[in-house]
Amino acid sequence: MDRRTIFNGRLLPVALLLPQLLLTIFFFYWPAGQAVWSSLTTQDAFGQGWVFVGMDNFVDLFTDPLYVASIIRTVFFCLAVSVLAMGVALALAVFADRSIAGRGVYRTLLIWPYAIAPAMSAVLFLFVLNPRVGLLGRWLNDHGIAWDYALNGNQAMLMVVSASAWKQVSYNFIFFLAGLQSIPRAVTEAARMDGAKGWHRFRTITFPLLSPTTFFLLVVNVVYAAFDTFGTIYALTQGGPGQDTQTLVLKVFLDGVINQDIGSSSAQSVVLMVGVIAITAVQFRFMGRKTVS
Amino acid sequence: MKRRTLLATPIALAATRVRAAEKTKILWWHAMTAALADQVNHIANGFNASQNEVEIQAVYKGGYADTMTAVIAASRAGQAPHLVQIFEVGTGTMLAARKAVKPVWELAKETGLAIDPKAYIPAVRGYYSLSDGRMASMPFNSSTAVMWYNKDAFRKAGLDPDKAPATWQEVRKAAETIKAKNAAPVAMTTSWPVWVQMEQYSALHDLPFATKSDGFDGLDAELTFNNKGQVKHIERLLQMSKEGSFKYAGRDNAPDPLIVSGEAAISFGSSSSRGDLVKSAKFNWAEAYLPYDPDIIKTPKNSIIGGASLWTMTAPGRTQAEYKAVAEFLKYIGKPDVDATWSQKTGYVPVTFAGYELSKQQGFFTKNVGADIPVEQLARGTVTPNTKGLRLGRLPEIRNIIEEELEKALQGGQSAQQAMDVAVTRGNRVLREFAKAAKA
Repeated sequence: MDRRTIFNGRLLPVALLLPQLLLTIFFFYWPAGQAVWSSLTTQDAFGQGWVFVGMDNFVDLFTDPLYVASIIRTVFFCLAVSVLAMGVALALAVFADRSIAGRGVYRTLLIWPYAIAPAMSAVLFLFVLNPRVGLLGRWLNDHGIAWDYALNGNQAMLMVVSASAWKQVSYNFIFFLAGLQSIPRAVTEAARMDGAKGWHRFRTITFPLLSPTTFFLLVVNVVYAAFDTFGTIYALTQGGPGQDTQTLVLKVFLDGVINQDIGSSSAQSVVLMVGVIAITAVQFRFMGRKTVS
Repeated sequence: MKRRTLLATPIALAATRVRAAEKTKILWWHAMTAALADQVNHIANGFNASQNEVEIQAVYKGGYADTMTAVIAASRAGQAPHLVQIFEVGTGTMLAARKAVKPVWELAKETGLAIDPKAYIPAVRGYYSLSDGRMASMPFNSSTAVMWYNKDAFRKAGLDPDKAPATWQEVRKAAETIKAKNAAPVAMTTSWPVWVQMEQYSALHDLPFATKSDGFDGLDAELTFNNKGQVKHIERLLQMSKEGSFKYAGRDNAPDPLIVSGEAAISFGSSSSRGDLVKSAKFNWAEAYLPYDPDIIKTPKNSIIGGASLWTMTAPGRTQAEYKAVAEFLKYIGKPDVDATWSQKTGYVPVTFAGYELSKQQGFFTKNVGADIPVEQLARGTVTPNTKGLRLGRLPEIRNIIEEELEKALQGGQSAQQAMDVAVTRGNRVLREFAKAAKA
């Protein structure tokens, strides 16, 4: 079914579209265009001179083994954060969906972490995990487990993944809970009568029916992990030890803001932009087909 | 004559009123917080009270890196403040800023206000001067690296608490004893690992950190800190870390709390930590010279500075009167009493000879044992091309690179030699990029 509004003349539709178009032009096309332009130049920090270097910045990036390693690390990081954040959220949602006493309180508490600023959540994690002042960090070291994320790359990664996932659990929880509540009772009741028990019923009935929610969340979580975890990682490890927790978006910041390498930083943001466009395109294709069928 | 006086009186009155209202306003961005910010304001107020032509306003702009980012953005938009405090590692970048900055020597020449570089301690002045001695930015808050140690822990380990270990061999032995006797949870750590263990170590031992006099003689300098001397020291740190007598506790000043809390028996860090120790340390501590390795040098050279200096910025439409006002202010902060007060209140070193002498006369160093070590360490011997400081573009990035490779080595992923080789290769690429951009 196609709904269509018929306008007489062009003035009104243009006027209605204008605010949105202006926003998009000023806050997306203009800066994005500048980023593309800067990515093709080398310029000094104070912007007093520049030379056109063509694709040099991109060639430098992709011939740098550290950048390639950073891409792989980012993919791993995104998947780890998404799986952890979604897994925990799903489990919590399934439990909160049951009729238990005080579930309103329970749900509210689970939504709280979403309201915490990334830097603050990082500080909270430091209170827990710092090897010297953190509760858990200290306890581990006192019990013969050498916990020191300043020098152990795997531990540092574990920490930034946990901290990043923790913040996203709330968001996922809301969506999973809504998804669970929209599953028709009749279907689960029927399954129950057919004798499908707990895990079996979840695996064969509930989870498949949740799949649109799951897919949507997967995309959102990957985008979150790739772009919005910068504050958390920067406050926790600054990308270290070595470059063990340096993700692509952190590198854009370090190179652009700290190192004042405008050309390379712009090139990196162009690469990221292409990545987001690709993810979004995939999402539209997939989701679009779902709705059509 | 009489007529003129009569006529002139109201005009003169009006003029005074106008002048009072229209003092030349100078904006100064700084990066100091807490007690240091109070002292910055103290200086600004003191200057404002000392004359009535110029009014300076000191504005906090975030940490060093934030301040630098802010001034770059402001400069690009034509809105730079008159003065900005830039950390020492930003010097290379600022020098390459061409028309965006006005070097001190140029400012002095244009305004006719003599600023004599010779009044400033060479190790401080040198960091901010061109190879030919012309001073580019005004020395302000300078510190250097020193060794801190916990006298109680030394006593507990059976070491002489009144005799600081002077060489690296002695330091290592002391750390091993402290570890063996379990006199402190951490035997030895270091703040600012690259600044202290690489940059200072290179200067003390007269080892080049980079070619071209550590970058002073040209943008085409190449890093050379993967030489035998420096690698040997990194090897020592790696071994000590493996044996547990050295604990790596993070980048920059993250390890500072270890010494202040009494957890670490020996640490290296900025001399400006003194205030913290005086205020918070609940044990006997001492400040000492940085150790050296007698196998490399018999008498160690001067250490190099850290901290920041003041840069004069240009902006479209800025008047000669404003530059003159800036110059007046720069002269003011170089006055012996201003310099001495600033250094005594903050823990930074006096940047002028006269300021140092004044502090001495006032008996500051007899009341604060060890507080003169940073100045003495900075001023000892003759400055060589390897001890002037580092003049490298994008030095903060190079520091990070060394840090990353060092951390990899500490995790056991590579040897000291490999770490330094990789850091040199990566760092040189950064220098080439910088040179390309600076010539663009």
